[in-house]
Amino acid sequence: MTISIDPQKTNNKSLQPKGWLRYFSFSLDHKVIGIQYLVCGFLFYLIGGTLASAIRIELASPMSDFMPRDVYNQVLTLHGTIMIFLWIVPVVNGAFGNYLIPFYVGARDMAFPRLNAVAFWLIPPSGLMLVSSYFVDGAAQAGWTAYPPLSITTPQSGQIIWILSVLLLGGSSIFGGINFIATIIKLRRPGLKLMQLPMYCWAMLGTSLLVVLSTPVLAGTLILLSFDIIANTGFFNPVLGGNVVVYQHLFWFYSHPAVYIMVLPAFGLVSEILPVHARKPLFGYTTMVFSIMGIVVLGLVVWAHHMFTSGTPPWMRLFFTIATAFIAVPTGIKFFNWVATLWGGKISINSAMLFSCGFIINFVFGGITGVALAQVPFDIHVHDTYFVVAHFHYIVYGGTVFIIFSSIYHWFPKVTGKMLDEKLGVLHFIITFIGFNLCFAPQHWLGLNGMPRRVAEYDPQFQFVNQISSLGALLMAISTIPFLINVFLSVRNGKNAGDNPWNALTPEWLTSSPPPVENWEGEAPLVKEPYGYGKKIS
Amino acid sequence: MLNNKIYLILIISLVFAISFWIGFNVNLLPAEASINAPIYDELFKILFITGLIIFIGMTIAVIYSLFKFRKRNDQMGDGIALEGNLSLEIVWTIIPSIIVLLIGLYSYNIYDRMGGMKELNHNHEMMSSNSEKIWAGISQTSDNERAINNLSIEVSAMQFAFLFNYPKGNFISGELHVPVDQKVSMKMESKDVIHAFWVPEFRIKQDIIPGQPTILNFTPTKVGKYPIICAELCGPYHGGMRASIIVEEESDYNEWFNKNKKPEVNL
Repeated sequence: MTISIDPQKTNNKSLQPKGWLRYFSFSLDHKVIGIQYLVCGFLFYLIGGTLASAIRIELASPMSDFMPRDVYNQVLTLHGTIMIFLWIVPVVNGAFGNYLIPFYVGARDMAFPRLNAVAFWLIPPSGLMLVSSYFVDGAAQAGWTAYPPLSITTPQSGQIIWILSVLLLGGSSIFGGINFIATIIKLRRPGLKLMQLPMYCWAMLGTSLLVVLSTPVLAGTLILLSFDIIANTGFFNPVLGGNVVVYQHLFWFYSHPAVYIMVLPAFGLVSEILPVHARKPLFGYTTMVFSIMGIVVLGLVVWAHHMFTSGTPPWMRLFFTIATAFIAVPTGIKFFNWVATLWGGKISINSAMLFSCGFIINFVFGGITGVALAQVPFDIHVHDTYFVVAHFHYIVYGGTVFIIFSSIYHWFPKVTGKMLDEKLGVLHFIITFIGFNLCFAPQHWLGLNGMPRRVAEYDPQFQFVNQISSLGALLMAISTIPFLINVFLSVRNGKNAGDNPWNALTPEWLTSSPPPVENWEGEAPLVKEPYGYGKKIS
Repeated sequence: MLNNKIYLILIISLVFAISFWIGFNVNLLPAEASINAPIYDELFKILFITGLIIFIGMTIAVIYSLFKFRKRNDQMGDGIALEGNLSLEIVWTIIPSIIVLLIGLYSYNIYDRMGGMKELNHNHEMMSSNSEKIWAGISQTSDNERAINNLSIEVSAMQFAFLFNYPKGNFISGELHVPVDQKVSMKMESKDVIHAFWVPEFRIKQDIIPGQPTILNFTPTKVGKYPIICAELCGPYHGGMRASIIVEEESDYNEWFNKNKKPEVNL
C-alpha cells in the first residue's frame, strides 16, 4: 500500500530565493535564518573540535608538555563553552527549529521574524568575542561551570568576556524560545490540532519552556558573579562572607535543564527521521508527547545531582537521586518506541538511518551510566572524574551530534534540492562511530580507576588507555573530512533530489526543494497524519 | 510462532548469562582499601549487570531490526501501519519504573551502610562553637563502633597542596598517615578555592570548600600507600595537586606519630 502525494507544482521557479549573499544579511526568512544558525554553528564546531584535539594531544602523555598549564585550562573552558552554547544549543534549536517549525505548523514564517533575526545575529559577535578573549589577556580558565572562587581569582578580563558572551548567547536562546512557543501555539494553520503536530514541534515546545524558565536564572547568576569580580561584592566570594555552594545551586538550576535543551530537540528530530526511512508510523505518539513533558517537569528538579560531593544535606541527596533516576523512565519509553518504530518496517539503510541508530545505541549507553551516576553512593567515587566526561560525551556527542549529522543527511535534499553522496555518508558514519566509541568508552575505566577530569597531567599508569582515547579523537577529527567533501561536492554537482526524494509525509516535503520564499505557493497543506505510512489516505 | 518464542527466550537468557558473566568476571575498579569500598563494589556490580542487560538487549534489538526489516531491492511500499500498542507501552513504562525504584531503594540502603544518612558525629576539639555550620560529608562508622577513640585530623587545602594537621601531636604533615582498621575523622577546609579530597581505593570523595568546613570519615582496611587526588578544578596546577595517604600497622603509625609529635609549649 503506497501512498503518494503530489508535491505542489511549482510552476514559477522564480519564487525560489536566489543569491548566496542573503545568508550574510539580516534576512527575516526563517529558512535563511535556519541555515545561518547551522553554518555558523558548524564553524564553531570546527573551532571547538580543534580545541578538543589540543586536549587529546596534551593527554597523550602523562606530563603537561604540549601547552602551558594555564592555556590548557583556557582550552578546556573554551571547548566546553563553544560546544554547548555555540554549536549544540544553536543548531538543534535554532537551525532545525527555524527551518522546520513554520512548515510543521503550516505557517509562512516564525511568529516574530525580526526577533528571530536578532536572536541569530547575537551569536556570531558573542562567539567571536569569546574566542578572541584568548588573544586579549587569556580566555576564561575556570571551566565552563565558572565555579567561584576560582572564577573570581583567575585573570579578570577573560572571565568577564566569558560572562558577557554567555549572557548574549543566553539572550539569543531566550528570544528563540519565546518565538518557538508563540509560533507553535498561535501560528498553527486552521484545522491543525496540537496532537496532530509532528513530534519535533512537541520537543521544541518542551525545550522552549525549559529555555524560558531556566536561562534567566543563569543570566542572573552570572551578573552576580560579574559583580563579585569587578565590584568586589560578596555574593559568592567566601572572603567577603559569600557562599560558593549557592552559586552551584543557581548555576545547575539552568545547566542541568541545559542538557535537556540539548537532547530533547534531538529526540524530536530522530522521531521525524526514523518513520520516513523505516516506512512506518511513529510508534506511540501520545506516550511520546507525555514523556517529553515528563522530562521537562522532572528536568527542572534534578539539578543538585551535580553537587553530591559539594556539601548537601542527606535528605537532599536522596531526593535528587530518586528524581534523577526517574528521568530514565520517560526517556526509556522514547527509546522503546523508536525501536518499535523500526520493528516491522521496510528500512532503507542510508546515512540518515545509520546515524539515527548510532544515536540510539550511544544514548542508551550514556543513559545507563547516567542512572548509575544519579545514585549518591556511586557518584561520590566517580564525580568530577573521566567517568563523568565519558558519560556526558555519550549524551551530547553520541546522542545529539549524531542526530545533527543524521538530520543533515535527511534534510539536505530539501534545503538544496541536491542529494548527498551515500558512499561518503556511510564512510562518515563508520569513522565517526568507531572513533567516538574508541575515544570515550575507555574514559569510563580511567574515571573509575583514579583519573580526575580537567587535568593536564596524570598518573603514568593511565598513559596507554589515554593514548587509545586520543587515537579515537584523531579518527573523529578525520571523520569530518568525508563529510565536508560530501557537502561541498553535492552542493555543486549533487544528484537532483526532486521535491520529495524520501516520499515523506511531513509538510516540509510537500513543497518544492528548495522551498519558495513563503514556503507554499498556495495555501499550506493540512497534514493531519504526518506519520501515516502504510495507510491509505482517503 | 512457537519457534519464535523459543528463540526469544533463548536470546534473552543468553543476554542475561553474558551480562552476569561479564559483571562477575570483569573488574573495572581499583583495589578495595576501606570498609566503604566493598559496599561500593557491591552496588557497582548490580548497576553494571543491570546496565549490561539493558544495553546489550537494546543493541541487539536495533541491529536485528536493521537486518530483518531492511528494504530488499524488489520491495516497494511501506511497512505495517502500526501506530502503537497501549498494553506494550504500559509494560515498558512500569518495568523501568520498578527497576529504577528498586535501584534507588537499594542505593539508599548502600548509602546508609556507608554512613551517609547518619548525623555527623564530630568530636573535634576545634569545633567547640555550636554556631559553626558543618556541611555533610560521609560520617561512617564501623560495626564495632570505634567512634570514641577516632583520630581527628584537620585538613587544609590550598593551591596546590594538602596539609594535614594532627592536633593531638601538635604537628602538620604533608603526608596523611593513618593506622589500619581505625576510624579517621577529618574536618576539611580550604584556604582559597574549592578543592576535593579523593582516594579512589577508598571510594570516597568530598569537596573542600572555603568558608564552609566539611567532614569526611573513613576506616582504612588495607596497609599500603594510596594517592590523594584533588578532583575539583582549582587552577593551573590542578593536575599536579596530589598527596599520599599511608595506611600502616598501629605500631608503625605510633612510631611515626611520636617521631613527629611536638611537645606542648607551656607559657
